[in-house]
Amino acid sequence: MLKMIDLHSWNTRGLIFTGAIMLALLFLGPTIFDLFTLLKVILFIAMAMLALSLAFIWGFGGILCFGQSAFFGLGGYVYAIAVINMGESTVPILLAIFIPAAFAMLLGYFMFYGRLNDVYLAVVTLAVTLILYAFIRSTSGEEWVIGKARLMGFNGISSIPDPNWPGFPDSLLWPDDKFYVAMALLILVYFGLRFLLRTHFGRVIVAIKENETRAELLGYDVRFYKMITFTIGGGIAGLAGFLLVTFNNFVNPDKFALALAAQIIMWVLIGGVGTLIGPMLGSLALLILYNWLGTQNFAGWLNTYLVFGGIILLFVLAVPQGLQPTAQMLALRYLPWTRAPDADGGSAKIGARERVSSD
Amino acid sequence: MDTAALLIIEVLNGISSLALTCAGLAIIFGMMRVINFAHGEFMMLGGYTTVVATNAGVNIWVSMLILSPLVVGIIGILSERLLIRFFYGRLVDTLIATWGLSLLLIGIVTSIFGNYITGVSAPMGNFSLGQYQLSVYRLVLIGLTVILFVGIYLAFTRTKLGLIARGTMQNPEQASALGISPPKVYMVTFGIGAALTGLAGGLLAPISQIIPTVGFTYVAQAFITVITAGTGAITGTIVASGVFGTVRQLVTYETTPIIGGVSLLIVAVLLLRILPQGITGKIFRRSL
Repeated sequence: MLKMIDLHSWNTRGLIFTGAIMLALLFLGPTIFDLFTLLKVILFIAMAMLALSLAFIWGFGGILCFGQSAFFGLGGYVYAIAVINMGESTVPILLAIFIPAAFAMLLGYFMFYGRLNDVYLAVVTLAVTLILYAFIRSTSGEEWVIGKARLMGFNGISSIPDPNWPGFPDSLLWPDDKFYVAMALLILVYFGLRFLLRTHFGRVIVAIKENETRAELLGYDVRFYKMITFTIGGGIAGLAGFLLVTFNNFVNPDKFALALAAQIIMWVLIGGVGTLIGPMLGSLALLILYNWLGTQNFAGWLNTYLVFGGIILLFVLAVPQGLQPTAQMLALRYLPWTRAPDADGGSAKIGARERVSSD
Repeated sequence: MDTAALLIIEVLNGISSLALTCAGLAIIFGMMRVINFAHGEFMMLGGYTTVVATNAGVNIWVSMLILSPLVVGIIGILSERLLIRFFYGRLVDTLIATWGLSLLLIGIVTSIFGNYITGVSAPMGNFSLGQYQLSVYRLVLIGLTVILFVGIYLAFTRTKLGLIARGTMQNPEQASALGISPPKVYMVTFGIGAALTGLAGGLLAPISQIIPTVGFTYVAQAFITVITAGTGAITGTIVASGVFGTVRQLVTYETTPIIGGVSLLIVAVLLLRILPQGITGKIFRRSL
């Protein structure tokens, strides 16, 4: 009983802390950052959202998806095509969430009701991403038109109209507004997921991840729960795709590319599988690293594949838990004030191990 | 008539290149149950070995049939010793570790050779079939694939080494009790699988373009085929390659290579919805 209270109070403190930082960023963002940085931050927020989508389905649903970028790209393209055709963004934003979610559900139906295991899941999602990428790249011809929108193949769709406030087609979002909307959505999704994980549904999907057979013997339809988890992840990735389009009014097939799909997994791996904050910070850290690598001249021998491959191997061999759980463990061991107030060192350590899987 | 013959050759070509792509994976993943996401990069390394050696003046057959499997086999054994053996039995961790390896290999090759397309021209010239010109090498490739699979099958069913390997995969404790060292068997089997992958990369080099990222195009199809194959890895891979190769090639003939690739995936997903245990889960159950 005591342990439960420990866990709860620590979690609550963490949530309040995270919420405070995110809200501070939301209100102070346009004041702290100049316009150029602010736009960059919108990109980071979109990617953090994408990281959240995989962090949720992988870390809590136990579904390792190698093609999360498929839903991301789909969200971007659906929004672009819909907003060009409709000239108004309320419905396109909803479509950018629901169409990727529906696609995830269809894919999930085949994978989970076919009882495919981890490996096949990874391969099917990977193959779907590769195929979408190849397909969308091949649509540069004149005949690839949906309504008023030309798909433009590997050039991508540019000059996508800015989103407007829901219900007011004439009042477009300024960069400041875009930031507010993006940050607010990120906060909403993060706390939404945290809430979801506390509901009955959330407990069941974590139970399935921990022990699928046991959950099944308790009477839960594992296939259904996994499909719904996957669908939610697809919807969030689609929303992230929409946010990315608002960043520079542009979408191209690279959003489907394997390179991006690979990065998303790295974000979660580095941040810590089974956490939500970690992957968001992981995405931020790697994007900054990626940008920095782009500005350096390494006499041609160092490239991003080399760096990313090295990072993955380093983490999977040396820090397999990821940064957030490792940081928590170290903090609990060496910083007494991070321990729960009513716990002695011993039970705080026990709590630390449990938090890794539950936080 | 000529068109029909051409189509049959095209289909056989599609099957043989798919089967070649899968041969090493059928052993590493199909039999050992080790997920090697660097499979495509092993093929890429085989391709580069052939290209580099041939351009340096080595006979193309020597580079394809001897050098490629040798080089990639050694790289495979090194990867197994330094990385993969720490993850045996942990599927998802193996998957991520080998995928890190795959990116690292792409990075190393890009650093050395640059991100350019290279290749070698196919040996043996062309022959004419009615109004069509066909490469003799493509026909030879079909024959080589058949010989390779017969060889693998015989090696695993008729030799003592094959028996030891299969026994160790089924029950490592029992094999260990009989005085066989499972780690050594895993290492050698992985090395053989890697060497076969390198051989496939070398043999396919003359009919494909080689760039550092070429592995991506192989890995998804190879895994889908071997998973569809099921527990009888070798037989299953032949059957699955037959089905998928035919579908892909016929659809490609009618439409574009991209839609051909899509059709392969759709057929695979539908097939696995019907046969979740793979092809050898239902038919050819007692095969290898």
